[in-house]
Amino acid sequence: MEQDITLKKEGQGLAFLKPLVTKLTPKFQKGDILSSLKKAGITIVSILLFLGLWQLGSKALYNKEADYKIEKALTERGQEAADAERACIESGDSSCQPNTLPSPAQVWGSLQSLIADHKVITADKAAFVEKMAKTNAKLTAQGKNAIVYTGRASFVDIVLTSIKTVFAGFLLALLIAVPIGIIIGLSPSLRSAFNWFIQIFKPVSPVVWYLLVFMIVKTLYIGDSSDNAFVISFISVGLCAMWATLVNTAMGVASVDKDYINVAKVLKLGTFQKVFKVILPSSLPLIFTGLRITLSVAWMVLIAIELLAQSQGLGLFVWEEFQNGANDSNAKIIVAMFVIGIIGFLLDRIMLSVQNLVSFNKNEMA
Amino acid sequence: MAYLELNNVYKSYGTGENVTNVLSNINLNIEEGEFVAIVGFTGSGKTTLVNLINGLLKPTSGEVLFKGLPVVDTSHERGVIFQNYSLLPWLTVGQNVYMAVKEAFPKESKAVLKKRVADYVEMVSLSPAINKRPKELSGGMRQRVAVARALAMNPEMIIMDEPLGALDALTRGNLQDEILNIWSKDKRTALLITNDVDEGIYMADRIIPLKPGPNATLGPEFKIDIERPRDKTAMNDNPSFKKTRNAIIEYLMDIGDQRKSVSEVEYVLPEIAPKSFVA
Repeated sequence: MEQDITLKKEGQGLAFLKPLVTKLTPKFQKGDILSSLKKAGITIVSILLFLGLWQLGSKALYNKEADYKIEKALTERGQEAADAERACIESGDSSCQPNTLPSPAQVWGSLQSLIADHKVITADKAAFVEKMAKTNAKLTAQGKNAIVYTGRASFVDIVLTSIKTVFAGFLLALLIAVPIGIIIGLSPSLRSAFNWFIQIFKPVSPVVWYLLVFMIVKTLYIGDSSDNAFVISFISVGLCAMWATLVNTAMGVASVDKDYINVAKVLKLGTFQKVFKVILPSSLPLIFTGLRITLSVAWMVLIAIELLAQSQGLGLFVWEEFQNGANDSNAKIIVAMFVIGIIGFLLDRIMLSVQNLVSFNKNEMA
Repeated sequence: MAYLELNNVYKSYGTGENVTNVLSNINLNIEEGEFVAIVGFTGSGKTTLVNLINGLLKPTSGEVLFKGLPVVDTSHERGVIFQNYSLLPWLTVGQNVYMAVKEAFPKESKAVLKKRVADYVEMVSLSPAINKRPKELSGGMRQRVAVARALAMNPEMIIMDEPLGALDALTRGNLQDEILNIWSKDKRTALLITNDVDEGIYMADRIIPLKPGPNATLGPEFKIDIERPRDKTAMNDNPSFKKTRNAIIEYLMDIGDQRKSVSEVEYVLPEIAPKSFVA
């Protein structure tokens, strides 16, 4: 008997990366290349089609608004003013451009200007830190707070703030919803005790959650001048998004296959063993489905909540650009829209692969 | 006093008007070291009977006595092999067996337990697969893991609920021999539930048919007095085997016919024809 028994769960250390690695390692076969080329081709064509429609749409809206402006100048100020307006619009002068849906090219330009802006701000920040290094060293030596850079946040900083907020909120949701879900899943009487609570609070809008959290956090932070926007927004995001995980965890725990429960009974497993060896592993797929929904809900409500909480994230960025009404504001909003969409997609993908790692195939179970 | 005793056991599900009497007036005595098979149609309440004996269910009335004491809960003294294997898919073969062993022998050291796991996995000749998950195994291999898991707890009695029902004929034959081998080594008491009369005759000392439910009850017992170890091919020519087999099958067919005639309701089909039917 040379065989060694592995009693620890497989997948300790880096073994959990194995499926990821196999997925990333390309396995080329003749048919594969052709079919993946075809797939890529279809995707590219659909993207081009989308851009084309967008271009046409924005052009039509642009013309409509331009015509209206010239017409208005004509009726209000006469032929001369109308000609001047037309000339101004055609010259591309930013002062009289119609403010409507931006074209793909404008959005692309805005993205680049945002990146350039980020570089400038980063350089500024570095210069500031260097300049203040001596002063700060003195201040810290005297036991005072160092002076930190408080200039404008760049677009990249804004995106990072949003991601930070969503992860903090997600973590909060996980820490609240999973344990409570397990407990109410295990006990039918607790389940009915909590049921009304879940049913009533689940449909509450993010805005109302924000207001509730604001009421509480504001009081807790009384007399503290530090910025509590981040705290308020991540707590609100967590509270909004945790319900899917709570319900799914409770359901997963409550609906463990009867065969497994019978096995646990026949083997006479203790409560702890029963929960951690039988009930939790069997409900992991449902818990992770819940967590996946929670993360995407968290990302979705984040924008609204940041806007309300004045937290320096994408939500506030979008709102400020809208209020700003500058020439490239609309293009920046669309840039933010794409960034939000892409990050949301990536987050979902990450959760999906984690979910696949921990799930077992129900059809293949013994 | 018998080793396992069922006295006037009734089991019904539901209450009031929706009550279904699954088992009625079950009386059964099993002696220590005996191998008893209960043969019945699918849906006749076999699994309910097994769950009453292993302690997963409580009888509605009557008593189940194991070594003279009423069965109130599951126990390590009675090992169960389930119909659908019931291995935990997220654990490997070794882990599945280890979980059972650890509960049965809580005071033993880890090394002793591991040795025990390895021995029993070896016994069902699955050592090469000890680190595999159930989904990587064939049906027969999974059932062997279930056998190892039940036996590794060193139960005094083995209860098998159609353990080989889902397997093909060849694997089934092999596993029958393996189970008989293990049983004959230390003569544990064994109860086998099956729907295969030949399997029952090949393995058991006594066969008791279960009349189909509702109100299922046990029929008259058939003693199998064929010398052990039994040989499958030689058995086919054994006159005693033929006689017993025919008697059991005839009995089962009879009660099957009775059931049919009882449940046969004549349905009158309405006379309908398509509206616009052109022949």
